[in-house]
Amino acid sequence: MAKVLVVTSGKGGVGKTTSTAALGAALAQSGQKVAMIDFDVGLRNLDLIMGAERRVVFDLINVIKGDAKLEQALIRDKRVETLHLLPASQTRDKDNLTDEGVGRVIEGLREKFDWIICDSPAGIERGATLAMRHADVAVVVTNPEVSSIRDSDRIIGLLDSKTLKAENGEQVEKHLLLTRYDPARAQRGEILKVEDVLDILSIPLLAIIPESTEVLRSSNLGAPVTLGSPNSAPARAYLEAVRKLQGQTVEVQKQRGLFSKLFARRAA
Amino acid sequence: MSLFSFFNRRTSAPVARERLQVLLAHERTIVGGESDLVAILREEILAVIAKHMAVPQDSVQIKMDRGASVSTLEVDIEIPTSITAGMRPAA
Repeated sequence: MAKVLVVTSGKGGVGKTTSTAALGAALAQSGQKVAMIDFDVGLRNLDLIMGAERRVVFDLINVIKGDAKLEQALIRDKRVETLHLLPASQTRDKDNLTDEGVGRVIEGLREKFDWIICDSPAGIERGATLAMRHADVAVVVTNPEVSSIRDSDRIIGLLDSKTLKAENGEQVEKHLLLTRYDPARAQRGEILKVEDVLDILSIPLLAIIPESTEVLRSSNLGAPVTLGSPNSAPARAYLEAVRKLQGQTVEVQKQRGLFSKLFARRAA
Repeated sequence: MSLFSFFNRRTSAPVARERLQVLLAHERTIVGGESDLVAILREEILAVIAKHMAVPQDSVQIKMDRGASVSTLEVDIEIPTSITAGMRPAA
């Protein structure tokens, strides 16, 4: 049974696309059939992070409009053959991104893949809401920084109210991915600690991705960090995240702290 | 790890620079939703094919590789024998 996973955050620049690429590659390497969709119409970047930017022929909007078949538009990765990418359109109008069209694409992918990973754009506009619309699982990417945490909280509210699962009275399974984390700075009290972030957002922790030069190096080279530097600290953290996502679950949800007890989140 | 690959590890930025130069050179030719030459060729070639025979979309595979000095466009069409057999020379 295929799973639809959205990688989302609200805030830009926190590592959604990097994380999509790293998680997608790691899932595919474990033998799963993976399709990654870039929902950032007009500002695509997943193709660049994957090193496939020269090979884009068709895109998501082409498929929605019927100019191309899904099979024609999917770009197969040259390193891991079960890994595929459906790029966003760079030029076409966002208005072509329709709820119905995205639904058809996701249904088509569900028949052929084990994992469909939706790389959300920043913000809460149409691209972001459609990226999460069909999700079974959500990875909320957050930096230990006030504006990122606030935006993540907003996104969690949307996941609990505006998704198909939520509308059917079910829950999207939510996971926190804390990225660009520097434990030394947290220790010195310069940035929020993991416990603080978990207490405020009160969703279970998937993994902590440490701040690392390997992430930048990998994107320079057009390789997901899990393929480009598989033994680096961030890659190992992403691999751990993938093991948890595949259902070898996971630590119990943290005890809710005083903050989350006093101020339960309401739907956005 | 060889000395070369050790040296290489330190310098990913030149690779990034080269990739961006190639990519942006192509993207800057695309203005206001207009396609670039390779994309126009792709669409016109497919239109010509469609004019002569009804090939299902699934049996057309298209690959592109946009390079710094050379781009390649690869159009791979499976033509069913039933179509070729029934084809008559035009006019």
